[in-house]
Amino acid sequence: MSIIILIAAASILIAGGFLMAFLWGVKDGQFDDDYSPPNRILFDDTIKTKIKK
Amino acid sequence: MVYEILNQNELCTYYDLNQNPGIAQKNSVRADKFAFLDDPSIAQKLISFTDGKQTQVSFYLPQMHCSSCLWLLENVHKINRGIISSRVNFSQKESFIVFDNGVTSIREVVETLTAIGYEPHISLQDVSASKANKGSKERLYKIGVSGFCFANIMMMSFPEYFSIGGYLEKEIGSALHYFIVALSLPVLFYCASEFFITAWKGLKNKFLNIDLPIALAIAITFFRSLYELISGTGSGYLDSMSGIVFFMLVGRLVQDRTYRSISFDRDFKSFFPIAVNVLRDGAFMPVAVEKINVNDVIQIHANELIPVDAILSKGTAEIDYSFVSGESIPVATNIGEIVYAGGKQLGANIELVVVKEVSQSYLTNLWNKDVFKNEKQSVSVIHSLSKYFTAIVFVIGGIAGLYWFLQGQQLLMWNALTTILIVACPCALLLSSTFTNGNILRILSKNQFYLRHPDVIEDLSKIDHIVFDKTGTLTQSKKVKVSYEGLPLSSEQKEIIAALLQQSSHPLSKIVFEYLDTAPQDSISSFKNVIGKGIEAWVNDMHVKIGSAQFVQQDVVKDKNRIGSSVYVKIDEEVLGVFRIVNNYRLGFADVIKNLKSRYQLSVLSGDNSSEANYLQGVLGKDSELLFNQHPEEKLEYIQHLQSSKGNRVLMIGDGLNDAGALKQSNVGVAITERTNNFSPASDGILDASQFSRLGDFLAFAKAGQTIIMISFVLSIFYNIFGLYFAVQGSLSPLIAAILMPTSSLSIILITYGLSEYAGKRHRLQ
Repeated sequence: MSIIILIAAASILIAGGFLMAFLWGVKDGQFDDDYSPPNRILFDDTIKTKIKK
Repeated sequence: MVYEILNQNELCTYYDLNQNPGIAQKNSVRADKFAFLDDPSIAQKLISFTDGKQTQVSFYLPQMHCSSCLWLLENVHKINRGIISSRVNFSQKESFIVFDNGVTSIREVVETLTAIGYEPHISLQDVSASKANKGSKERLYKIGVSGFCFANIMMMSFPEYFSIGGYLEKEIGSALHYFIVALSLPVLFYCASEFFITAWKGLKNKFLNIDLPIALAIAITFFRSLYELISGTGSGYLDSMSGIVFFMLVGRLVQDRTYRSISFDRDFKSFFPIAVNVLRDGAFMPVAVEKINVNDVIQIHANELIPVDAILSKGTAEIDYSFVSGESIPVATNIGEIVYAGGKQLGANIELVVVKEVSQSYLTNLWNKDVFKNEKQSVSVIHSLSKYFTAIVFVIGGIAGLYWFLQGQQLLMWNALTTILIVACPCALLLSSTFTNGNILRILSKNQFYLRHPDVIEDLSKIDHIVFDKTGTLTQSKKVKVSYEGLPLSSEQKEIIAALLQQSSHPLSKIVFEYLDTAPQDSISSFKNVIGKGIEAWVNDMHVKIGSAQFVQQDVVKDKNRIGSSVYVKIDEEVLGVFRIVNNYRLGFADVIKNLKSRYQLSVLSGDNSSEANYLQGVLGKDSELLFNQHPEEKLEYIQHLQSSKGNRVLMIGDGLNDAGALKQSNVGVAITERTNNFSPASDGILDASQFSRLGDFLAFAKAGQTIIMISFVLSIFYNIFGLYFAVQGSLSPLIAAILMPTSSLSIILITYGLSEYAGKRHRLQ
């Protein structure tokens, strides 16, 4: 049953990896703009038509 | 025009995305406005990267405010084929554009952006809104770490909580305890550091701030848990400790975000309702201050405030910078030199070329500088209470702790101590007034009533006597009847008179100037403006005097039966004649007075004659005092008299020109503006003339604001009593306390916001 100590340590390490990823993302500025991404996914792709300029 | 561009490029979805897409679109760009961007050394400062074929630039576009803006800006490559891609960072109002060097240039890109209404704010120094970001990143780090540790500590504690019959192998138990302590260390030293630092700073300055109880609670919980774990007497409360830190940090993040959105509104969406004469298509016309562009030519009259940094291009400038620096010795400026925003022109008209766009926040800061603030800082009850709040909390904590200690209930004692320290939250007390006032300011600004500072709202709600200036405040400059009596004026004389009139921004001067409808001569010298009396100058070697009867000729007898105002004209010692102006009272004047009469005492002060006394007395009622032929000093004395001998709190409404002293002396001074530039730093608020009829609503709304603050104050006291009741008994868990605290602040914010919006609707202000 003492294997549980190993399991606990391993799980903390894995979770720590995710924490690092979060901190990395914040540092890189991924979460600076929380307005554009949700709106951006809702834009339609327009059908391309040739416009003579 | 924007629609044409959009239609042409199949971008019409723009209008489907939002109810109010975009803001007022500018006219087509003046052709050489961005010519300076052709210079590679200047353009270099804006470019982030270039390899000769492609160039990356980033622009600060403060105008973007909605999802349609986002959509349009990211599709700008359809309008300008040279643009390869465009990516928007909305929260910083920045746009990153990559364009093809061979097809387009940085100048064309900027012109494209301007043509669709998003003129980039180009400053050759590094400007961007990213200053706020550093701080919030730190907080996100701390929230991430504390959340991680909190969750994992809780997980590590499960075996102990859930072990059946208390059975847990000693080895495993202690190993888990080591993990838990290890996880709690970053929380204590890194995440909670801001609480400890602020509390320590407060202590050093002998000031008990609200971080002190929180810091104490965290410290107590930590050391107590450590003691229990080491001595084996318990399992500690490190999960609660990290939970406390986590929830506190999240609560602060939410508060910061809300604060920021309120102040953003004030800085970027509401502007001073003043207008300046700007040269457009060869003629000067009044343009709202926020629409002034760099390189516009503006015209400033005597006694007008210069709203932007600009270069003197015509005229003799004598600038009084007392508004900015406190120095009232005028500074003579030569053509080509820079004149700074906030200065007041004392001489005749000048023309300036704008160098920098208006900075709303700069003007507001000047307005609030101590130089002009009256020493009537009323120490409100709320402020004094919050100082004692922490002390009260400590006392309660001490008493409760002592009680349980004497009862021998160790567990309950520690619980009570920590939860009392956490649950008691003065934030609601402090927040409620800030938030409510902030919201009220925002609503009032939307209705073109612009206040200097949130404190003014409280002063507004306390007034009981309103004093009106007559000319320019109760009367308007439009649609007046003017007639001329006297010797017929030759066209040369008319030009001379017009030249002198054009220098003055007094409503009567403007009225007569319009009536004359003559192009003024240019050559004017030795201009003098005698406030309250008239103006004089030398035009074409002739001495011209325009003004009241006494100013123009000492011995003229006043005709008491004259209705309306009289403006006399004298050229070279000969009184030519007089312009009779029948006053035109503002729309809704009688209704406003009727509305206000029941709630306030009213008075009218006028520098004009008493010809309309009967009419005014009829409207205002027998009890109202009407005083005529007032000099500016007499107006000031009257206000002082009201305040000292009658104990009134006075609201003075004037046009800001010749009643600056009275405006400053009154408890609240409001300047009415008819889209002119008569901003007076002595005033506490600016009201657009078109909104004059809603004065009653504004005052009622300010009063409602105070009620809302009272309500939220009471609510927060309730919350504190409620929370403390359970905390003192020791039956509140620290974790719940930590959740309750930010929840209470959040709920107060929401309640005050909701109530003030509701009050706004009730007073027809939305």
